[in-house]
Amino acid sequence: MVTVNITVNGKPVSGEVESRTLLVQFLRDNLRLTGTHVGCDTSQCGACVVHVDGKSIKSCTLLAVQADGAEVTTIEGVANGSELHPMQQAFMDNHGLQCGFCTPGMVMTALDIVNRNGNNLDEATVRKELEGNICRCTGYHNIVKSVQAGAKNMGGS
Amino acid sequence: MNEQGIGASVRRKEDQRFLIGKGNYTDDINVAGQTHAVFVRSPHAHAEIKGIDTSAAMAASGVVAVLTGEDLAADGIGPLICGVTVTSDDGEPHRAPAHPALAQGKVNYVGDHVAVVIAESKSEARDAAELVDVDYSVLPAVTGTRSAADPGQQQIHEVAPGNVCFNWPFGDKDGVEAAFAAAHKVSKLDLVNNRMVTNPMEPRAALGEYNTGTDEITLHVTTQNPHVHRLVLSAFNQLAPEHKLRVVGPDVGGGFGAKIFVYAEELVVGWACRKVNRPVKWNADRTEAFLADAHGRDHVSTAEMAMDGNGKFLAMRVHTKANLGAYLSTFGTMVPSYLYAFLLAGQYATPLIYSEVKAVFTNTAPVDASRGAGRPEATYLVERLVDICASDMGLDPAEIRRRNFIPVDAFPYQTPVVQCYDSGDYPAALDKAMELADYDGFESRAAEARARGKLRGIGFSSYVEACGIAPSAAVGQLGAGVGLWESAQVRFNPTGNVQVFTGTHSHGQGHETTFAQLVNDQLGVPIENIEVIHGDTAKTQFGMGTYGSRSLAVGGVAISRACDKLVAKGKKIAAHALEAAEGDIEFADGSFSVAGTDKAMSIGEVAFNAYVPHSYPEGVEPGFDENAFFDPTNFSFPAGTHICEIEVDPETGVVEIVKYSAVDDFGRLINPMIVEGQVHGGIAHGVGQALLEGCSYDSEGQLITASYMDYAMPRADNLPSFDVDYAPTNPPDNPLGVKGCGEAGAIGAPPAVINAISNALGVKHIDMPATPENVWRAAQQATAASA
Amino acid sequence: MYEFNYRKVDSVDAAVEAIQQADDGKFVAGGQTMLPTMKHRLASPSDVIDLGGIAELVGVCVEGDTVIIGAMTTHAAVAASAEVQAAIPALAKLAANIGDPAVRNKGTIGGSIANHDPAADYPAAVIALGATVKTSRREIPGEEFFTDMFETALEEDEIITAVTFPVAEMAAYMKFENPASRYAIVGVFVAKTGGEVRVGVTGATSCAHRGLQLEAALGGQLDASGIDAVELPVENMNSDIHASAEYRAHLVKVMTKRAVEACAQ
Repeated sequence: MVTVNITVNGKPVSGEVESRTLLVQFLRDNLRLTGTHVGCDTSQCGACVVHVDGKSIKSCTLLAVQADGAEVTTIEGVANGSELHPMQQAFMDNHGLQCGFCTPGMVMTALDIVNRNGNNLDEATVRKELEGNICRCTGYHNIVKSVQAGAKNMGGS
Repeated sequence: MNEQGIGASVRRKEDQRFLIGKGNYTDDINVAGQTHAVFVRSPHAHAEIKGIDTSAAMAASGVVAVLTGEDLAADGIGPLICGVTVTSDDGEPHRAPAHPALAQGKVNYVGDHVAVVIAESKSEARDAAELVDVDYSVLPAVTGTRSAADPGQQQIHEVAPGNVCFNWPFGDKDGVEAAFAAAHKVSKLDLVNNRMVTNPMEPRAALGEYNTGTDEITLHVTTQNPHVHRLVLSAFNQLAPEHKLRVVGPDVGGGFGAKIFVYAEELVVGWACRKVNRPVKWNADRTEAFLADAHGRDHVSTAEMAMDGNGKFLAMRVHTKANLGAYLSTFGTMVPSYLYAFLLAGQYATPLIYSEVKAVFTNTAPVDASRGAGRPEATYLVERLVDICASDMGLDPAEIRRRNFIPVDAFPYQTPVVQCYDSGDYPAALDKAMELADYDGFESRAAEARARGKLRGIGFSSYVEACGIAPSAAVGQLGAGVGLWESAQVRFNPTGNVQVFTGTHSHGQGHETTFAQLVNDQLGVPIENIEVIHGDTAKTQFGMGTYGSRSLAVGGVAISRACDKLVAKGKKIAAHALEAAEGDIEFADGSFSVAGTDKAMSIGEVAFNAYVPHSYPEGVEPGFDENAFFDPTNFSFPAGTHICEIEVDPETGVVEIVKYSAVDDFGRLINPMIVEGQVHGGIAHGVGQALLEGCSYDSEGQLITASYMDYAMPRADNLPSFDVDYAPTNPPDNPLGVKGCGEAGAIGAPPAVINAISNALGVKHIDMPATPENVWRAAQQATAASA
Repeated sequence: MYEFNYRKVDSVDAAVEAIQQADDGKFVAGGQTMLPTMKHRLASPSDVIDLGGIAELVGVCVEGDTVIIGAMTTHAAVAASAEVQAAIPALAKLAANIGDPAVRNKGTIGGSIANHDPAADYPAAVIALGATVKTSRREIPGEEFFTDMFETALEEDEIITAVTFPVAEMAAYMKFENPASRYAIVGVFVAKTGGEVRVGVTGATSCAHRGLQLEAALGGQLDASGIDAVELPVENMNSDIHASAEYRAHLVKVMTKRAVEACAQ
């Protein structure tokens, strides 16, 4: 067993885990932060995307111990209480989710897209940037709209 | 229009919890003392089991139990069942091999369940599962749909000679033969409907708990129909009596059919939690989902159309082989029969139709309903064949459709294949779709594309489906083991807020919002004060669940009927309170009033009176809480025309969808925003089938496409934004005037895409999935043929 | 995943020492291939030695006509590097299209090259640009580095420290993606450096390699007119459900032509 110390959504946490424990397992099983989901086992679906030190990563493809000392933000750390972040609000306003399972990963990826590409996103950019997030419900149409609208709202315009 | 009522694009009530990570999916639920189950699965497609040695696994760290088919049989747990009977051409019911939840001496597909290991952690269970030593004697595998019933093939099940489950002829064979003999022209097409893996993003999961104090099992499970699960697990699997079995389908991350069925893992988890007297949790990883979820489609067909000199359809003849996999899944027999052949008329007034479906067993995962179920297979066949007919007759694809559409004044229209369509205006949808797609401008766009070295094509799909499943008497006659009504309970609490209990199940469809809007529209209560509750057999009355685009068309009507009962009762209570005659009470916008006066009371006040009946009408029961069951008199028949425009890169075979236009008739829309989302998702699913998704086994029965590394799911950059519009008609057979919209896109899209590719390349046909290589080869052949 | 001993190291020497001490140790760089492989229990190292703490292996610098990329530099960092974008824009573009954004934030050039997935992108660039792979022991010419599917010239206890790329006059990479995995079914990197035009091919066969027949057809010029006439040996091509050998051979030529055209633009 190894000890990990991680700051999750601004709070320092620590835990004893096996070396093989994935970050997503630590989040879900140890911390009971079950908003981060697992939809595949080949690092492709993106349901598990969280931010580690400000960058999107697939938490199913990182050992918990590799995140030792890092700052991790999960979907639970995005809203201000029950007040949605502008990106979350954009998903609600544009019907960017149906079953909700891929949604946390989509939102975390969307925030990363805005961090890297700014507030004015064209459709082609968003579609390309969503390559690592699979949704079966929406056909992506409204997810793309949501990300564009959320990006714009984050810019305050 | 009421801003929260019917027709309003209200934001979804369910979204808040999903957006902040507070969804409650099965695998999110953890209970004290839970153990973890991992299944030992067959690595062979077909083998006898000579022995299972569990001793090493039992001795491994953290292991609580290792259970096999012997333990299951010893406890009297019954095999998995198929709920619909199809009568074969020999007059006998379809052949139904035993389907044990854990193998009894034989395995029949890769992923088949051999044993279960239960341990303190999932890792330990997985480690120990590798130590279960199974002695297999491998048998030859049967994998091909086309060849499974050929002479000399390995026999899979003793009860199904020649690997045939049923051979089901349907329709006027002699009449069809005569029409073909006299036809001006016969068009013919061989085609494959590719096997798909349904792939809801949440893998299946189950959590079983046994309470020794109450002798009750609680099973949380990824289900689209908790009561059906409970009924089957109780009545056929002897898991526990219905009143001692609680099934909960909490938040479910997509279903698309794959979570209708009662699976081995769910039964085993429910049984094992009592056996080990600890909670048992299982959740599938994606590889397991590929191996052991029921798959969809997998038909091989020949279709023929007889026409007169004007391109009028005289008769259609269809021969189909349908792969049902290694065992019959819960509704496996129904999909290639009643859900398929009864839709072969499509939107056309073809007077005579004959079909023969041979359903076969193979050493592959069971095949069952997947978004559309049978109707996509029928639609793809009809709409491809119609394009071949157009080509053979030298007619524009829109023109041949127009010539053969069921005329608007012919509704209700009795097709030659059982269904009686209650409403439709097929030319209207076609016209609107052609306008939306700018069909007239296509030639100039194609010319512009040619100048860039690209081939542009445009394809139509005029589909009709039968949903709103279903009139119980009709499905009973056909051999279904259940009725397909739906139930609702609408309960006012004394403080005036409302709880709506529905027997349907929402796993992405937005029922919590749509149903609240329905209640708002009828009772005038703000949707913030309405909670829709579903998915728990301990909370809701018996219901049949969600599939076949039935929730609004059947379940919504039940809710509406319960609201009607509340209004009727409310009038009595209001009449007493307002000192008026019941006949003088009017109800509108949440208020009971005395006609012609300003005397009124709100429905909330009526509810309070009903629970605090100090001054109350004689003979009226206290309480404000009504139940309704609704059994539809007919299916509903959504229809529409989808037009897909694509561009092919002939050098690589890559197909890009440049424009997709859909015009659908869903009757009345409750929440247009949600409906449009359903259309988008359905189209993406259908495009996935047409271009990307092909489930593939090798000749040994190994699943080649067992992960997203090899099974191509549609991603955002595979798709365009879609142009969606409506051409509604009012269906007289549905009391709410609604039809259902969840499957339409998946039904309409595949032929639109393939027709567009055939059009671009100038080839007769290309099978799905039209992968770059397939398209490149077709382009090569077309070039060679025209040279 | 099987359990293992986890070791995080902060220097190349410590990493080498750690793997020498282990029964069956494996280095993990970004882990984007390694961890999925271990999750599927297809690899079971006794020790996992995490190179993520070796700061000296991270970073990009341009020295004269050479771009030096530290082995632990992520794909995202290479893609976003203004220096790489200026010196060898095709390399930055290649990095920007590996996997997806989250994968690019963890995956590294050293890990990708050391793993030598026959469908990975970087090997084509390493070969075509005439890169040199620097390791804890030596310098290996890029062309000699890739030996077979998932095999390289590296010894068990040898670590890539950096890859140095000579700046090309013109270069372009064209990838034909697997529709499922998004790896390269075929990837062709064409580079003109010092009057020579070289072609690096990935995805097509079991091993990333120089496209010598294609280079001969180009004859040192960025002129693709001779490519159609090249007859590539179909029997050497990979074949799977996504692309037959014949189709792959065809795609190699198409991607070569398109890369040449992109160079010229």
